[in-house]
Amino acid sequence: MLDIKNLHVTVAGKEILRGLNLRVDAGQVHAIMGPNGSGKSTLSYVLAGRAGYEITEGSMTYNGENLAALPPEQRAAKGVFLAMQYPVEIPGVTTMMFLKSALNAQRRGRGESEMDAIGILKTVRKKAAALNISEDMLKRALNVGFSGGEKKRLEILQMSLFEPKLAILDETDSGLDIDALRLVAEGVNSLRAPERAMLVITHYQRLLDYIVPDRIHVLANGRIVAEGGKELALELEAKGYEQIVKDAA
Amino acid sequence: MSSAALETKETVAGLGEKYKYGFVTDIEMERAPKGLSEDTVRYISAKKGEQEWMLEWRLAAFRRWLSMKEPNWARVRYPAIDYQNAYYYAAPKNTPLKQSLDEVDPKLLETYKKLGIPLHEQMALAGVAVDAVFDSVSVATTFKEKLNEAGVIFCPMSEAIRDYPELVKKYLGSVVPVTDNFFATLNSAVFSDGTFVYVPKGVRCPMELSTYFRINASETGQFERTIIVADEGSYVSYLEGCTAPKRDENQLHAAVVELVALDNAEIKYSTVQNWYPGDENGLGGIYNFVTKRGDCRGVRSKISWTQVETGSAITWKYPSCILRGDESVGEFYSIAIANNFQQADTGTKMIHLGKNTRSRIIAKGISAGKAQNTYRGLVSVYGKAENARNFTQCDSLLIGRDCGAHTVPYIESRNPSARIEHEATTSKIAEDQLFYCLQRGIAQEEAVALIVNGFCKEVLQQLPMEFAVEAQKLVGISLEGSVG
Repeated sequence: MLDIKNLHVTVAGKEILRGLNLRVDAGQVHAIMGPNGSGKSTLSYVLAGRAGYEITEGSMTYNGENLAALPPEQRAAKGVFLAMQYPVEIPGVTTMMFLKSALNAQRRGRGESEMDAIGILKTVRKKAAALNISEDMLKRALNVGFSGGEKKRLEILQMSLFEPKLAILDETDSGLDIDALRLVAEGVNSLRAPERAMLVITHYQRLLDYIVPDRIHVLANGRIVAEGGKELALELEAKGYEQIVKDAA
Repeated sequence: MSSAALETKETVAGLGEKYKYGFVTDIEMERAPKGLSEDTVRYISAKKGEQEWMLEWRLAAFRRWLSMKEPNWARVRYPAIDYQNAYYYAAPKNTPLKQSLDEVDPKLLETYKKLGIPLHEQMALAGVAVDAVFDSVSVATTFKEKLNEAGVIFCPMSEAIRDYPELVKKYLGSVVPVTDNFFATLNSAVFSDGTFVYVPKGVRCPMELSTYFRINASETGQFERTIIVADEGSYVSYLEGCTAPKRDENQLHAAVVELVALDNAEIKYSTVQNWYPGDENGLGGIYNFVTKRGDCRGVRSKISWTQVETGSAITWKYPSCILRGDESVGEFYSIAIANNFQQADTGTKMIHLGKNTRSRIIAKGISAGKAQNTYRGLVSVYGKAENARNFTQCDSLLIGRDCGAHTVPYIESRNPSARIEHEATTSKIAEDQLFYCLQRGIAQEEAVALIVNGFCKEVLQQLPMEFAVEAQKLVGISLEGSVG
């Protein structure tokens, strides 16, 4: 599904990713863990195609296609989804309106017909209920005045609505209390599927108690420095990043 | 600047390039000789077959105008206008007033069709009465009969002067005096047409009224005069739309609009202004120097202005309300979009004279390219205006880094019981907002439209349903918000 080879990325002239290799197959959930400043968010942004993240070397192949050659909205249409660490507010645009615009834009991007308003409304309501997202929230302007937990739940709702092939979750656990964390994790787990790959980016081991990954990669200084099964998370928790990075060196 | 922001700028710049109303209709014109003199005024008056009183009124205005100076306090820059190098009257030949649409030159109807105003269709479907002003004359008024039944007068100004002289005499210049300002005085001397509306006591006008203004001829100014009178207890909603061809020269549009609302009457006046804005280098475009004022003359009367200003090289316009009647209400809802080299200096005046008068101002300014967008507004509370209330909100949105947004509020209060609130914000379309939309599959242009749409929502909601679509398209928006 996703094959990243020797990826080098600079942001504002500064090299952040320095030869990153990563392969994620369909049906798998991988976790990327790493200390602050290791390049976790840069990885998620470069996969999604954010402006200002320049690839200087290496490649990103997604289902056989060169991902870097696609503009961000086409990546979305082809099934790349990034649940953001800081979902943005768009005043005056209702959440429902945004969901409808995005879903139909993706469908158009794939050459499919648009879904009608009623169909979307029904689908959204059903999926929203499972995430404890109220009707009222859908009527409010996108993320405006939402609590941290509400924002993250809305990201998961979008993931559930768009049914991506590759879902990247960037620090989805940040700012969540334990109840919200559980709700979000349940949402993510319910979306695990043989045709879907997930990349869960996190600083803490905590999230991985709820979303158990098939594989864990430790990112430090722009490179993967350690890899392993889910037990690696516990080792990290015990030893700390510093020791793991040292051991790897 | 990030590449996303750069692309946004280009997208928005592109909107300006696609001015689709820039065509010219090839139609034989009759014009007054070039230049402005007493003879020009007499020519126009004679063409209109006016009586002596009207000619005298015009001439008095002209003489006054000669002694006046062009105002220079607005935040707009333009080379001096040569008033002698323009035509003040242009009319399609052989098209005086028509009894029915079938008599109108098919070329004209074709023009209106291109503008997206299918007159026939509107008659059938929308239930909208339309008056169309082409250069200086009014060419077609639909729905006359149905309005007549209700006793509503909706006709070209020239016809009103002829058929209802007493009404016209009573209200012409009663809100915007002949001496009001340079451009209003000029209009008083040379106005050639416009729309007259009178809604009798207790009548709720059975349909939306609408006028489309079109400047077609080159080197021609357009000076229309509109008067709307809502008699006691009546209600009327009126909308005007404006377009003009692409030309390298600047053309002057100096209109005057006077609204009068008597006891318990309400007037809702909406404008979708899309005069040619000039090209992306600032060449050409309309100078839109307009005086619009409403007089809430009666108790509990209400006047509401809604404007979507997307066109014109320069906009100088302050639709205002004089809140004379006790408990009268004035509202101003505005979206002003300035792109490329456009300059907009627009806002309102709310003059509180009566007791318990209320006013509300919601102004949204969007600047892109190298444009300058100024909100200028006055809230004035006079000594007798006990318990006057005002709420003002001015929001500016900037796209790119070469444009400017300015807010110039003037507040005067001579009554200690007045309560005046003013809120202002300035924001940018943030790169993270755009990226968020892109990541969810929404392409750049649609993303900008979505964000701008959200920014303008409060004002767009004020437009009559029938015209909301047109306005949203204009703003570059697809508002499919029915699910919201």
